[in-house]
Amino acid sequence: MNINVTLVGQMITFALLVWFTMKLVWPPVMRAMADRQKTIADGLAQAERAKSELELAHKKATEILREAREDATGVMAEAGKRAANVIEDAKNQARAESERLLAAARAEIELEAMRAKEQLRTAIADLAVAGAARILQKEVDKAQHGKLLDEIVTKL
Amino acid sequence: MSTEAASGNPATDYIIHHLTNLTVGQGFWTFHLDTLFFSSALGLTFFFLFRKVAVRATAGVPGGLQNFVEIMVEFADRQVKDSFHGRSELIAPLALTIFCWVFLWNFMDLVPVDLLPLIASWFGVPYLRVVPSTDMNATFGLSVSVLLLIVFYSFKIKGPVGYAKEFLTHPFGPYLFPANLVLNIVELLAKPLSLSLRLFGNLYAGEMIFILIALLPWWIQPLLSWPWAVFHILIITLQAFIFMVLTVVYLSMAHEDVH
Repeated sequence: MNINVTLVGQMITFALLVWFTMKLVWPPVMRAMADRQKTIADGLAQAERAKSELELAHKKATEILREAREDATGVMAEAGKRAANVIEDAKNQARAESERLLAAARAEIELEAMRAKEQLRTAIADLAVAGAARILQKEVDKAQHGKLLDEIVTKL
Repeated sequence: MSTEAASGNPATDYIIHHLTNLTVGQGFWTFHLDTLFFSSALGLTFFFLFRKVAVRATAGVPGGLQNFVEIMVEFADRQVKDSFHGRSELIAPLALTIFCWVFLWNFMDLVPVDLLPLIASWFGVPYLRVVPSTDMNATFGLSVSVLLLIVFYSFKIKGPVGYAKEFLTHPFGPYLFPANLVLNIVELLAKPLSLSLRLFGNLYAGEMIFILIALLPWWIQPLLSWPWAVFHILIITLQAFIFMVLTVVYLSMAHEDVH
């Protein structure tokens, strides 16, 4: 067994190697590994959060869709009611108009009839005067008998 | 081991040649140049490989090399977390260094036994032992360092008085302190001894088998060295792992107040 100064050399080499490893190798590698661990953990947490957020957004979207559908149904019903009203109004208006027109036509007809009667009366008076004149062979003086004539006309 | 006397028997000469270190100096001041060179080169290989990754370490998607380094680092870190209950900046990097370094030492055992010595001989290098863990200086260098750390941490955590008290009063109580002292010293010294001799013995024996296989006729060598090499892949990893785990356990014990 030849133990000699080589042993001391080996010890020095060993001490230097351990020291280098401790100072120059270990910290950066451990740091990189810790960093990566953190990055992965963060990523997973973020993914989880995004998932829950997505779920929330889904829920919200469904809610909004449902509300919109309800609104649309409401609007459609309203519109239907309003259209019915409009139609009803128009019908009423048309009926009123037609009645009004009918009344006006009737009044006109009556007026026309009155006027015709008046003319007829005048014509008959004239005729009666003419007839009477012919019968009396004498001119009936309109001015003289005007009052009488008017009485006759009124009686006709 | 380093008997350089040639016996005249070619097989014995071959084996002795393979078990002789390339040395400089005399007596205690002998340097095993091959052990120092290969262990330093392997240590630097380990260091620069890991340093390269550490410099460019990204928290994003890791590349292949970074993946490998991270697996090794995490492996060492987990071993330390499993069996070491104190808090220390040093222990985990220490465990990683021990595992990788010892593994690389042992890995040299899988290089064909004659390859590197042959290449070296072209450059006029007469002896070359390429596996640092078959040199007791290397294995004891590691385990003595571990012993020093055990003593250092014992003092640091328990204080000189606490450590002395533990030495004198455990496990038999204060009245049998001579027995306690002897037992504790034996226990303390058994740790580095067992650590380094286990590694040395395994790798020395493994190397020896490869050398013996290399003495056989060429056509039978692959039949034997291939299974042995495959088996050795397990051995070298296991030895590196055991060295690391025991170091962590010993240092953990040094951190605990109650023996």
